[in-house]
Amino acid sequence: MAEVEETLKRIQGQKGVQGIIIVNAEGIPIKTTMDNTSTVQYAGLLHQLVLKARSTVRDIDPQNDLTFMRVRSKKNEIMIAPDKDYFLIVIQNPSD
Amino acid sequence: MFQLFPLDKISTYSRPFYRPFSGSQSAFLPAFLRVTVHLFTGLSPGHSQPFYRPFSGSQSTFLPAFLRMEIVHVYTKLRSEFGRQCLFSDRPAELLVDVSPDPNLALQFIQKTRRDQAMQASRDMSEHQVNTERFESESRGINHLEGGWPKDINPQEMEQTIRFRKKVEKDEVYINSVLQLGSIMEHCIRQNNAVDIYREYFEDEDEVEENQEPPSAKTINVFRDPNELKRTVTDLSWRPDGARKLAAAYSCLEFQKSCRGSSLDSYIWDIENPNKPELTLKPASPLVCLDYNPKDPHTLVGGSYNGQIVYWDTRRGGTPVEVSSVEQSHRDLVYKILWLQSKTGTDAFSASTDGQVLWWDVRRLSEPTDQLVLDPCREGNLDRAFGAVSLEFEPTMPTKFMVGTEQGLVVSCNRKAKTPAEKMVCTYEGHHGPVYALQRNPFFPKNFLTVGDWTARIWSEDIKESSIMWTRYQMSYLSNACWSPVRPSVFFTVKMDGTLDIWDILFKQNDPTLSLKVCDDPLYSLCLQDNGRLLACGSQGGGATLLEVCSGLSTLQKNDKSLLAAMFERETKREKILEARQREIRLKERSRSEQSREEEVGPEVGDDSPHQLITWTEKDFFSLVEAEQRRRSEREGRGQQEKDVCEEREEKNETTSAK
Repeated sequence: MAEVEETLKRIQGQKGVQGIIIVNAEGIPIKTTMDNTSTVQYAGLLHQLVLKARSTVRDIDPQNDLTFMRVRSKKNEIMIAPDKDYFLIVIQNPSD
Repeated sequence: MFQLFPLDKISTYSRPFYRPFSGSQSAFLPAFLRVTVHLFTGLSPGHSQPFYRPFSGSQSTFLPAFLRMEIVHVYTKLRSEFGRQCLFSDRPAELLVDVSPDPNLALQFIQKTRRDQAMQASRDMSEHQVNTERFESESRGINHLEGGWPKDINPQEMEQTIRFRKKVEKDEVYINSVLQLGSIMEHCIRQNNAVDIYREYFEDEDEVEENQEPPSAKTINVFRDPNELKRTVTDLSWRPDGARKLAAAYSCLEFQKSCRGSSLDSYIWDIENPNKPELTLKPASPLVCLDYNPKDPHTLVGGSYNGQIVYWDTRRGGTPVEVSSVEQSHRDLVYKILWLQSKTGTDAFSASTDGQVLWWDVRRLSEPTDQLVLDPCREGNLDRAFGAVSLEFEPTMPTKFMVGTEQGLVVSCNRKAKTPAEKMVCTYEGHHGPVYALQRNPFFPKNFLTVGDWTARIWSEDIKESSIMWTRYQMSYLSNACWSPVRPSVFFTVKMDGTLDIWDILFKQNDPTLSLKVCDDPLYSLCLQDNGRLLACGSQGGGATLLEVCSGLSTLQKNDKSLLAAMFERETKREKILEARQREIRLKERSRSEQSREEEVGPEVGDDSPHQLITWTEKDFFSLVEAEQRRRSEREGRGQQEKDVCEEREEKNETTSAK
């Protein structure tokens, strides 16, 4: 429990990080550092995206699996680390 | 269908017959099957007679009419002979029954009219089309508002959700996965902070676009002379306003070959329609050259075989609007005619092998406005004049023009000279044969291209002794050439063996960049459209071939002009230096020979009489011949000595006799 907190705090402390969300397999945000509306929005949308991406990767090669996803946009970068039951979403604003 | 009755059941008559099944037995079978055939063979002939027996009553009702005839064949056998072994023997076929058609029955029928009916032994198929009903679909998205909470938790209630979350947080799986994901995530975050992995590097470097594809040109169309007797396409001219029309002059240029019966017409072709010319031009004598007015795309002027100049307006059809009078025209065929740049846009000048260059105003073709006789002595003497074979005029230099002669000289002339003597400014010598084509480089007017004998030469106006660049001696005679209007370093030549050569002097100087065999007949004329892509060449067989040049050879490259300017300059400089050196040598020689002449006292100096000259040259010639023969025989002698001796003796005899 404490390690989790520590990890999250460390991530939050990195330069440019705007928010962190931990979402479970059903799309429910478990832990978040942002406001509720944005959290729910991010959680819902990204959840579907990750599932689609994962299924794509596995369709192409069943031995393969999705390890990480970066969505780079003009204003920021959304990074998603998927796992079997949970995903960790971090929104970062790159320094330059 | 065979049913054999056991032998003991047979009565004395053992006979084969057709009989329907009786009563109950027959009920199981369809009518046509109710015939049994009983046949016994090999018995003594005895009575064997076929006979017809109509069926009686009840039995016959099961059968169709045609089967109700009983054909019975009777064999007889003596009882005593029963049980004997069958002795089979072959016997030839015997007609048992012959049922001939009954003509009376035909009266009950009417003959159908014969009809052709197509049949085939295949399944009948029919074609049907099926279309499903239009299925309308629309794209819609759903926005996920709230997570997939388990059933028992009400998402609205804060308490329940918080409790759920807390529960999850305590889960071990959760803790492990978060730790793991956290480390991956950190790595990426740090990476982002360190380097912008998506930045566009190498933006400034320009992509060097090299045209990798090899040069090519493809034939698009061939316009053939529609007449029976094919004449040479001697000149081609594109319509200047970019419209796709090509004018071609046809005439028979064979020396003293009478082309009786060949038509006098020349044609204007629309390049979209190679089958039929768009307009037929009907001069009084075949056209040797023609030219479209660059200012007015409807007017054309042409020079004909008998020396007359003809003027057409295509809006008025194929008959010439005006023809020059025979007395005032050229005395020989007009090889080249070109429009001049003038305020009225009606001036043209023509050149012919009679030695004259005449200027005309097309509104009044009865007499030329000006005349120049190409006399090398500048006296206007027609007898000594050079025959002109090609003309050159560049609109940017309206007072100067050049004439290519039959003798291989190019004469540069000034139109605005005060006296006729001064009109011919200078000459350039270089070719061994007539200069068939002459054109200034559209980008570098100081340099011009000439074609004659077996080479193409590029000249600079300043260097009069020789050309600055020339091609190798080709395998066949070059008949025409022109620069590309788009790329300054590209020019095209056509040869007598039917090949078109495209030269790019920035790329390769020794050989053509592309050599295409257009046809088997010699090619005589060549004309490029202003866009530099389409090119027409005319052959002896009357076919004008339209080719399209690849984009690499018809689009201006970045450094073309500067590179070519540098090349021309370099070559010009080289020639200048060579010229200067030559002059020096000559001066030295002259001074040396003058000195030696002063010292010597003798009859050698002075005039050699013609006789002495002749004998001297003869001696020289024969000594050379002998030397060469000796050398050759020595070479052969290394192989076969015996033969040699005889040969040498023979040669000696020959030379002595020749002397």
